[in-house]
Amino acid sequence: MSGDQLHTLSIHAARKLLHSRELSAHELTEACLERVDQVELRLRALLTVCADSALAQADEADRELATGDAAPLTGIPFIAKDLLCTRGIRTTCGSRILEGFVPPYDATVIERLLRQHAIMLAKANMDEFAMGSSTEHSAYFPTHNPWNLDCVPGGSSGGSAAALAADEALFSLGSDTGGSIRQPAGFCGVVGLKPTYGRVSRYGLVAFASSLDQVGPFAKDVEDCALVMNAISGQCPHDSTSAPVAVPDFATFLTGDVRGLKIGVPREYFIEGMQPEVRRSVEEAIALLERMGASVHRDVSLPSTKYALAAYYIIAPSEASANLARYDGVKYGFARRLATTEESVNATRGEGFGQEVKRRIMLGTYALSSGYYDAYYLKAQKVRHLISEEFKRAFAEYDVLAMPTSPTVAFELGAKTNDPMQMYLSDVFTLPVNIAGIPALSLPCGFAGGLPVGLQLMADRFREDLLLKVGHAYEQATEWHLQRPSL
Amino acid sequence: MSLSNEEVRHIAWLARLGVTDAEVERFREDLSVILEHFRALEELDTNSVPAAAHASLLHNVLRDDVQAASLPSDEVLANAPDSEDSLFRVPPILE
Repeated sequence: MSGDQLHTLSIHAARKLLHSRELSAHELTEACLERVDQVELRLRALLTVCADSALAQADEADRELATGDAAPLTGIPFIAKDLLCTRGIRTTCGSRILEGFVPPYDATVIERLLRQHAIMLAKANMDEFAMGSSTEHSAYFPTHNPWNLDCVPGGSSGGSAAALAADEALFSLGSDTGGSIRQPAGFCGVVGLKPTYGRVSRYGLVAFASSLDQVGPFAKDVEDCALVMNAISGQCPHDSTSAPVAVPDFATFLTGDVRGLKIGVPREYFIEGMQPEVRRSVEEAIALLERMGASVHRDVSLPSTKYALAAYYIIAPSEASANLARYDGVKYGFARRLATTEESVNATRGEGFGQEVKRRIMLGTYALSSGYYDAYYLKAQKVRHLISEEFKRAFAEYDVLAMPTSPTVAFELGAKTNDPMQMYLSDVFTLPVNIAGIPALSLPCGFAGGLPVGLQLMADRFREDLLLKVGHAYEQATEWHLQRPSL
Repeated sequence: MSLSNEEVRHIAWLARLGVTDAEVERFREDLSVILEHFRALEELDTNSVPAAAHASLLHNVLRDDVQAASLPSDEVLANAPDSEDSLFRVPPILE
C-alpha cells in the first residue's frame, strides 16, 4: 500500500501489516497526521490535535510490536470525543465553561486503549455537553459532513463521526445518550455502536444523563467495531453502573451466517415524513438479509415508541440539570468573579454555557421542581418502564429489530437551529434505545443525493453479538462500507 | 402550557443560571412549546406502573471499605481559578 493511502486502512488490515513489521506505528501515525493537515480546514472535526504525544506513543507502540507479543490495538491511531477525560490533554466538552480544563486522570476507556498502546491522535468536536444532534451547538465551531461540506455530520458526536469518515484516524470514540453515536454514524456513512447500558465504563465520561449515557465506537466496518468493543468493554471498579457481565470475544460472532435469525420490523419506525430514499434503502437492506436466510416479520408493533421523545426530553434534561450543577467556576473551568459567590456562580454559568445547554438545564430544573416532579419526571420514569417492557417482549420473539437510523439523511447547516423541537425530532428513531438501555448499531446501507443512509439494528441487553453478526453479514454482502467521500 | 416570565426567572434562579431579559423571553417561548409536547404523556395510564429510575439490573453496588490512593491535591488544584494552600478560594458567601 502506498504511503499516501495508509490512513484509509481499517484496523484489521493495519494490524496485519504492523504485526508483520511491513508498516510501523510511526509511519501510520504520520500518515493520519498528514491526512488531518489535508482535510481539517474544511472539516473542522477536531478541537485538539495531539501530534507530539501521538508520535511518542507511536514509538512506544513500535517497541511493543518488535517484541512480537503486542496487544490487538497496538499502534492503531484513534480520535476521542472531547467529552472523555484525557490526562494532561485539554478536555472542553465542546463548551467555553471548560475551555482550559486539563483533566488529572484518563477515562477508563482511554486508559484501556492506551494500555494496549493504541495511539490517541486528537480530541473531537461535539455539541456542547453532548446536547444536540448536529454539532452546531459546539461553543467553538460547527463540523462539516465529509460527504457534503454544506451539511451537518450529525451530533452530538459529529466530530468523531466526520473525522473517521474522512480517514483522519482508524477508529474513533463517541458517546450516545439519545442517539449521539448512531445518528452521526448514519449521517457520515460509518459504523457506530451504542453498547448496552453498563457494558462500557462511564468513568471519565463527563456526565450528561447518567441513566442514559454510554461510550461506544465508530469504525470503518463491523469487524473493526468488534475489535474496539473487545478493548473497551467490561466492568470497572470506578463505575458502579458498569455490569459484572463477561465480555466475549466479539470478533467470533462475525460468521456471515444469518440463517434462522428472526428480524422484526416495527411499523412505528416507518412513518409518514420519512425521506422516500431512506425508506427504500432500508427496505432493500432488510430484503437482502431475508435472501441471506433470515426471516423477516413485519407484524411488529411497539406502541410506546411515540412517547419516547417526551419521556427522553424530561429524563435527560432533568439528569443534566443535576450533572451540570458542578460547573460553578470554583474547582475548574471558566470563572467570572464578582463581589459574592452567588453572583459569581450565576455569571459564570450565564456566560460559560451556550443556549441549548441553558435551555435543557432549565427544562430539567422545571421538571424536577416542587409541584411538577410527579407530572413530569415521575411520569417519564413510568413511561421508561413501559418502553423497556415492550422491547423485552419483542426480543422474546425476535433476535434483532431493524429500521432506519434517522427519518432523513444529513440536513444542511443552519436548517434546524431556529427551532429546538425540529432538532429534537431528528432523534425519534434512536431515543427509545437509550431509555430501555439496550444496544443498537448503525451501519451504512445506501445513499440519497450523495449523502449516506443508515440502517439501525437493535437487540436485547448484552446481545451485541447479534448486532455484530447480522451487521457484519449484511455489510460483507454489500460495498457501502468501502465508499469514501472525495475530499 | 404557557410559562410566565416570572416563572422562567424563578427556574433560572433555582439553576443558578444568569439570564438576560432577552434570554428570559426566548426561553419562555421555547420552554412553553416543548412542555406542550410533553402533554402527550398524559394519554398513557400509568397508575399501576412502577417508575424505572434506570435501565440497569444492578442495585446497591458496594465495595469493601478499604483505603486506596486518591488524586494528589496539587493535581486537583491545578485547574482551580483561585486557590490558597490546599483550598479552593471563592468570593464571600455571606455579605
